[in-house]
Amino acid sequence: MAAGSKFPSVEKAAGQDSDHDDLPHESIKDAVIRFAGNSQDGIQTIGGFLARLAGRSAREVMTYMTIPSTISGGPSIFQVHLGSGEVLSPGDEADFLVTFYQHSYDAHIESLREGGVCLYDSDNVEPNLDDKRFKLVGVPITSTSIEAIGGTAKDRGKNIFVLGLVTSIFNLNRTKLTEIIERQFKGKGEDVFRNAMLAFDSGYSYPLGKIFDKTFDLKHGESKDADRVTTDGNTALAYGLIAGGVRYGAGYPITPWSPIMETLRAELPKYGGNFSQAEDELAAVSIALGASYAGHLAVTGSAGPGLSLKMEALSYATMAELPLIVINVQRGGPSTGLPTSVEQSDLLQAIYGSHGDCPRVVLAPQDVEDCFYIAIEACRIARKYSVPVIVLSDQALSSRIEAFPEPDFETTVLPPELDQEPRDGSFKPYPLDGPTRHAPPGTRMTGGKYPVVTGLEHDEWGHPTANPQLHQQMTDRRRDKIVQLGEEIPTPEIFGGESGDVLLVGWGSTWGPIREATLKARDEGLKVSSIHFRHLHPMPNGIGEILERFEHVFVVEMNDQGLYGHGQFATLLRARYCDSRIQSITKSDGLTFKIREILAGIESGRKAVPAK
Amino acid sequence: MPTATPAPAAQPEEKLTKKDLTGDHPTWCPGCGDFAVLAAFYKVLEKLQIPHEKIVTMAGIGCSSRFPYFVNSHGLHFIHGRALPLATGISLSRPDLHVFVFGGDGDGFSIGGNHLDHAARKNVNLTYVIMDNFVYGLTKKQTSPTSPIGFKSKTDPAGSVDRPINPMKKLISGGATFVARTHAAQVKHMMEMFERAIRHPGFSVVETLSECVVFYKGAFDDGNPRKGGVFEEIEEKKWDSTPEDDKRHDVTDEQNAYALADLRYPGKFGVFYEVDEIPTKNHLEQQLAEQAQKKTEGAGAVDLLKKRFSLMK
Ligand SMILES: Cc1ncc(C[n+]2csc(CCOP(=O)(O)OP(=O)(O)O)c2C)c(N)n1
Ligand code: SF4
Ligand SMILES: [Mg+2]
Repeated sequence: MAAGSKFPSVEKAAGQDSDHDDLPHESIKDAVIRFAGNSQDGIQTIGGFLARLAGRSAREVMTYMTIPSTISGGPSIFQVHLGSGEVLSPGDEADFLVTFYQHSYDAHIESLREGGVCLYDSDNVEPNLDDKRFKLVGVPITSTSIEAIGGTAKDRGKNIFVLGLVTSIFNLNRTKLTEIIERQFKGKGEDVFRNAMLAFDSGYSYPLGKIFDKTFDLKHGESKDADRVTTDGNTALAYGLIAGGVRYGAGYPITPWSPIMETLRAELPKYGGNFSQAEDELAAVSIALGASYAGHLAVTGSAGPGLSLKMEALSYATMAELPLIVINVQRGGPSTGLPTSVEQSDLLQAIYGSHGDCPRVVLAPQDVEDCFYIAIEACRIARKYSVPVIVLSDQALSSRIEAFPEPDFETTVLPPELDQEPRDGSFKPYPLDGPTRHAPPGTRMTGGKYPVVTGLEHDEWGHPTANPQLHQQMTDRRRDKIVQLGEEIPTPEIFGGESGDVLLVGWGSTWGPIREATLKARDEGLKVSSIHFRHLHPMPNGIGEILERFEHVFVVEMNDQGLYGHGQFATLLRARYCDSRIQSITKSDGLTFKIREILAGIESGRKAVPAK
Repeated sequence: MPTATPAPAAQPEEKLTKKDLTGDHPTWCPGCGDFAVLAAFYKVLEKLQIPHEKIVTMAGIGCSSRFPYFVNSHGLHFIHGRALPLATGISLSRPDLHVFVFGGDGDGFSIGGNHLDHAARKNVNLTYVIMDNFVYGLTKKQTSPTSPIGFKSKTDPAGSVDRPINPMKKLISGGATFVARTHAAQVKHMMEMFERAIRHPGFSVVETLSECVVFYKGAFDDGNPRKGGVFEEIEEKKWDSTPEDDKRHDVTDEQNAYALADLRYPGKFGVFYEVDEIPTKNHLEQQLAEQAQKKTEGAGAVDLLKKRFSLMK
């Protein structure tokens, strides 16, 4: 977010996206627009439309929303950060706030930056007109939209009316937006679409001259791909799994994982597979393991509480060396915790949650686009090493919308494979000196002996044994193949300078905010760099050399500082590198990192720990 | 329509014999009822001549659950209580296989009790043999969910106080489409039940009373004529319009099946309940896939993904 550079002095710019040209245009690089209302007002819908429009206009976009955890609805926001350059976070503060109710105004006016615009529904909101920090603009949203559609529509068209208004205020491309609205509403009936367009046009043609002395013109995007796809993290993850060759799976509903299983249930039959809704998470992981044993790479998933229930079966998968993909969309814990808020507090559970020595692969996507690619990476690793792989997404990634270039399916898609070539008498699923290779049922064993896969310790043929030497050798084997994976994954690139004062370390969805904080700090002349991990366990090699080149190291993560003052990933890094300079910037408020929180963390951390 | 269990190969290349099917030497205690169950299973497989590589045997944890090691076939020894969901995953992703699950009363009715209801109501195509010894064998004599009131175990030294479950009623009300009860000392009857279960399209269960000679000796003598008991078989309707037939059991009659299940121990043995017209989950899922692929005209993964992503623009 280029704060300060926004809303500069009025300059006349050609209306690039709109024919709405009766007021002067002010050219801006990015805008954070926050809609605050109730969840039933459809603000998610219009936020989604704006995000999609950005994707189709070579712009960057990131959205952020809060959802009440009750079904009957309640206060909710949807924030859209649109930009012509790189957009890395949903934005600390809003430039433009739309409030539908008094409670929305009261709760969100402080999230507006000074000098920002608050557009309020003058039918419902009485603003504090003495507050001169903001430009307060009243529009009778409720009554005007009822007028447009007719009384029976009640509150229905308010969101689309506001969308029309925003389109005109920001000179957005009306034609493209109309297409997006049409695609969304046509399927629901001609009437629904017509009403939507009535509301939209009424908002679009609202006389802006009465309330503004200028409109804003969002600069055209710098992205090379004009035609990008726009979607949320859960959707990207679900299709990444399909692209990775997953055709079978099972799950049990839980927020925020459910949309992934809903997508897979609807989609997998098209690819010849199926997805089962299980009676619980223990059954879900077992069904998926059954499909994996039968020769099809399968998926199960959940959020924190459900991951706990899968742990026993995951130990089995490690012992039996069966491939499996486990998606865990993290939310606030422990227990039911904050089901609709974000946290990165399942890392240690994912790595260490099972009984026994159970080395496990854990990955985390860094943004929405990466949800697609990390799923494919998980499939690749699970197959190559015949191991369970846990993917840690989170609530913020699951629902936020971003635009990114369409994947090249021809080169990324991994076809499913079922290897039933007959095996001869020399068949060994667990050779001490080679990779795991199972013979799925249906395979003819020409040597006459058929394999039994077991959770008991076993020899190279899979035969149970309690031989002390073999337990040591097999423990080595299960560990060493994960270590070998660690050698194969690339060392993360340093963002910023190759050496300096501060190194920020992140994993998962904090990628954008950490990157933006790094840029901001460097703008202010600080020698701050950052590295980011997608492979958390095993972590890549070469990290120690990077740490040494910085005076301070701060691991930024959305979890608690723990008993000894270090977040979960920081604890792992400290264990690996015995480097006491590794410090933590953590938080547990259920919200994503704001840029200023990271910067404040650096400042106080540098004071607390003097450089070496 | 239910999908039939894949037909046994008409002309197998080589005859599948007991010798081919014999796996590790069983580790059960001498005299354990489970030996007879294993022998009966070999014999039925010999008779049905299912292709060797298509047989999958699996189990949870328990004495009885060691079964897969003793059968030379593709097999899997899983975790306690979860063999049914595991088998569900195998069956649904590989309809070409013959899926057999073995396990004990603790594994099936206690820790796995919920899975039993759900595999049953989904009518997953597989055959499940519960080797019921009324006790926890492997962990050395704790009360099981089928232990009778008063049974003295290590966890109930003064005698068990909780009412046992009624396996037949649980299975029928759970929605199993083939429910039978047999006795490991009655080999011919046991084989007949296994064969009918295997031929049944859908979820078939046979509760087999199989004595734990170490921790519950004599538990099933009352149902064993050689030990002075009575082995009373259910007489099934022959639909021959004779007056005697009125008294015989219609296996599709759920109410009468419950009445039989309520008989005093040792009760009757045979098929309590069997319905064929309920579609299997395997069939329903296959139909979903066929319909979906018809709509997309059998498009491949790359094309389907491209099409889906074009809607995100
Ligand atoms: C999660 C878990 N809990 C407990 C056990 C210990 N355990 C193993 S077998 C068993 C009970 C076995 O009884 P049953 O299923 O009736 O089999 P049997 O040995 O009588 O054939 C128990 C409690 C375990 N292996 N795993
Ligand atoms: S303990 Fe009982 S059930 Fe287990 S093998 Fe021995 S006799 Fe059989
Ligand atoms: Mg038992």
